[in-house]
Amino acid sequence: MTATEVPGAGADREVGSGAFGQRLLRKEDARLLTGEARFVDDLDVPGALWMGMVRSPYAHARIGNIDASEAKSMPGVRHVFTGHDLRPSWADSMPCAWPVTDDMKSAPHWPVALDRACYVGDIVAVVVADTRYQAADAVDAVVVDYDPLEAVVDLEDAASDRVVVHDELGTNRSYTWTLSPDPEAVDRAFAEAAHTVDERYVQQRLIPVAMETRGVAVVPGVYGGDITVYSATQIPHILKVMIAATCGVPEQKVRVIAPSVGGGFGSKLNVYAEELIAVALARQLGVPTRWTEERSENSVATIQGRGQVQHMELAADADGKVTAVRANILADMGAYMQLVTPGIPLLGAFLYHGVYDVPAYHFECTGVFTTLTPTDAYRGAGRPEATYAIERAMDTLARKVGIDPAEIRRRNYIPTEAFPYDSIAGLTYDSGDYAPTLARALELVGYDDLRAEQQRRRDAGGTRHLGIGVATYVEMCGLAPSRVLASLNYSAGGWEAATVRVLPTGKIQVVSGATPHGQGHETSWSQIVADRLGIDPDDIEVLHSDTAISPHGMDTYGSRSLPVGGVAVAMATDQVVTKARAIAAHQLECAADDLELVDGELRVRGTPSRSMTLQAVAFEAFSAHDLPDGLEPNLTAQVTYDPPNFVFPFGTHVAVVEVDEETGHIELLDYAAVDDCGPQVNPMIVEGQLHGGIVQGIAQALWEEASYDDEGNLRNATLVDYYVPTAAEMPTFKLDHTVTPSPTNLLGVKGIGEAGTIGSAPTVINAVVDALSPLGITDMAMPAHPERVWAAIRQARSTSAAAGEGAS
Amino acid sequence: MEITLSVNGDERSSDVEPRRLLVHHLRDDLGLTGTNVGCDTSSCGACTVLIDGESVKSCTVLAVQADGHAVTTIEGLAATASGNGAGGGDGAGASTGLHPMQQAFHTEHGLQCGFCTPGMVMAAVSLLDEHPHPTEDEVRHGLEGNLCRCTGYHNIVRAVLTAAGEEVPS
Repeated sequence: MTATEVPGAGADREVGSGAFGQRLLRKEDARLLTGEARFVDDLDVPGALWMGMVRSPYAHARIGNIDASEAKSMPGVRHVFTGHDLRPSWADSMPCAWPVTDDMKSAPHWPVALDRACYVGDIVAVVVADTRYQAADAVDAVVVDYDPLEAVVDLEDAASDRVVVHDELGTNRSYTWTLSPDPEAVDRAFAEAAHTVDERYVQQRLIPVAMETRGVAVVPGVYGGDITVYSATQIPHILKVMIAATCGVPEQKVRVIAPSVGGGFGSKLNVYAEELIAVALARQLGVPTRWTEERSENSVATIQGRGQVQHMELAADADGKVTAVRANILADMGAYMQLVTPGIPLLGAFLYHGVYDVPAYHFECTGVFTTLTPTDAYRGAGRPEATYAIERAMDTLARKVGIDPAEIRRRNYIPTEAFPYDSIAGLTYDSGDYAPTLARALELVGYDDLRAEQQRRRDAGGTRHLGIGVATYVEMCGLAPSRVLASLNYSAGGWEAATVRVLPTGKIQVVSGATPHGQGHETSWSQIVADRLGIDPDDIEVLHSDTAISPHGMDTYGSRSLPVGGVAVAMATDQVVTKARAIAAHQLECAADDLELVDGELRVRGTPSRSMTLQAVAFEAFSAHDLPDGLEPNLTAQVTYDPPNFVFPFGTHVAVVEVDEETGHIELLDYAAVDDCGPQVNPMIVEGQLHGGIVQGIAQALWEEASYDDEGNLRNATLVDYYVPTAAEMPTFKLDHTVTPSPTNLLGVKGIGEAGTIGSAPTVINAVVDALSPLGITDMAMPAHPERVWAAIRQARSTSAAAGEGAS
Repeated sequence: MEITLSVNGDERSSDVEPRRLLVHHLRDDLGLTGTNVGCDTSSCGACTVLIDGESVKSCTVLAVQADGHAVTTIEGLAATASGNGAGGGDGAGASTGLHPMQQAFHTEHGLQCGFCTPGMVMAAVSLLDEHPHPTEDEVRHGLEGNLCRCTGYHNIVRAVLTAAGEEVPS
């Protein structure tokens, strides 16, 4: 399977039962396959009242009188609350944890709008009723007087301040963030360049569409003063802190549980109004409250992803060696700052030179408010945008230089011997070896034969054009070193916590602060621990996603779970072993160093008959009858791991498309991906992450876009209109991998949750442009749906016809 | 209205509002929460159940329309494995408590977050019932009405082909 394995990867691990690296079937599956798993809406919450949200149908409007009299008279309706009714419930406005500059402008964001609605979907009133049907009926019966204001939808229009979203700010331009180590060097490189590339790319807004919409249920302890929050969230730990800060509940009284969560992709990495309203009303009313988002509600009320206009420039010498990158970005914040909205484009700020060794660099990003749904993290978050820009621009450069897109990449890759590589943008790439991923990906699709076939088709003059697209990506993930986050003005840290607890019977509980919602942590964490202890993964239970069980955590996003949380689990396991050695050495009357851990047994080296099972050691720790002096009676270790650096997974993807000139239809014929995330704990899970990630990137390239009219109405708020790909459009993927361990963590691992999405969108668009290049087409916007492709072909034809006439 | 359904082999009588959707009846009245709701336009297929053996999106059916019919949900699927021969497979359900289709989704890693899974499995069972030996292309088109956001469908397709005893692309 592995074509270009790096020798020695993972070989320095002394212990290891072999569970690490196996395609172990998932522990999570049985409950999900049988309907036993409980998502938030599945919970039986006795006595809960249902909330319904009255949402603004206008993108920008002053809120006038709210007449709830009819709604209140309906069967089962208990209450209707306006923004002003609930204003005393808030100790603070909704949190933004990432004020990226000291002078960043943002307007207070209240869970229920007070006097002005700023996007379609902004909550203006809340209905509380006995059943979900009654709540839905009553939402329709609340009459709100709106005084519509002008909407501002287009990002460049918004940046001009023709219409200002928040009067009190006086501008839509929230911040400008610059990374420009040597501006003169950049100018010089462009002045001296043999070739330059100057392109504009649009990152359309995307709707994340986790298959489970959001939902929340809150149970107050009326007499105990505590409160239990069940939420479809990726971040129960962060949510707990934010509930305390925003609702004024003492944090020690708050418990947040993320039960089974049906996907997130960043959309559940947030603190949402509905969660806070449910908490406030449960406390105020003294009964449980609950809410489940409808799909068409999700499209407007849950954050959206991307939303950028990118101005991307390259300077290069005559051979196509890139000498400078200049990227100027406008980023759509939407109407308000959600949890990490302003920082999302900056997660790409360091990566606009991608995998290439570039000596001069300029990045600038301006965050702009519009009257649209707030943006925030969506799979890849800033890194797909950066990768798209550099990988599209490299193809343009290849055309200008007149060389193959694979060759332009080979000429510019950061050389393998340069790692760890200090980048011009100020990062240190931990490890990398890019050329083998390109070679293997080209081999998987039969690149040379495809180029020959492409030439044959072009010579024959047919209308079905073959295109081959290549992209090599690197991303920074494993969020994140806390000190680096501090330098970026992020409010929190990037550590992760783990506890490994050997129970008196020798079975093991692992407590993780990561919060899986489909990634299979229960299986992978079991493999990490089983491998290090030499025991059966089935003897391990992984606990997570409940702040009462797992009190410390930073949750799951940014491909951080394994390189931060999984590493913490491994470190805690090793500490347990150290403790077990001390106990066993005491019992066996030997030095701890004389013991080796084999198959779950601590054995005296050279005298394997003198041994103690881990189970026996655990019971000694439990009974505490004869422990070494000063050793606490437990076999438990807790680790909080703050990574020293990001990790930098990479890979090369190749797409083969056929574009029908007559219809603009694009068919994806083949797709190969060769990725490197270091040693793989469970290759089956890695491949699954890649499959899903690749499809989300392909979908951005070809189909998906949150489409707004000039008044700020979302035109495709349902799954009838918003095109999430089905099985029918997708080919079977060809995956392979290389293994280049990260030197920065104990396991050598890197994240893989976002890599597929980061690599695939530029790969596909490069293929489409490649297919159409004989027609003179050098650009294709996303999504490249048939109408857009067909129009581009028509335009190209009429241009060439006009040129032909002019020549004759 | 008074209705009686056979749900996973049990007679269940209830008094329901005429407008109540079958999926809400199953979930909220009968406590069978394995069937999920993923959209409001009958697009995603998360709510797929079998009515008299055929796959149906239970958000498109009123509970009263199912009166007198037999409904199979994900909770009752494994029990049908020995009887209806759905899915071919090797009868692994007998030892694991899973239907062969559920087993195939497990062995082929055809699920991640698992939210679409009950509906996807029911649709796949129905697909093989109609086409016991589908090609890869037939599986892909046969599952067009069910959305998954995690797997990219790659391993779902493999799972269905495995359950059908067909050759699985490497």
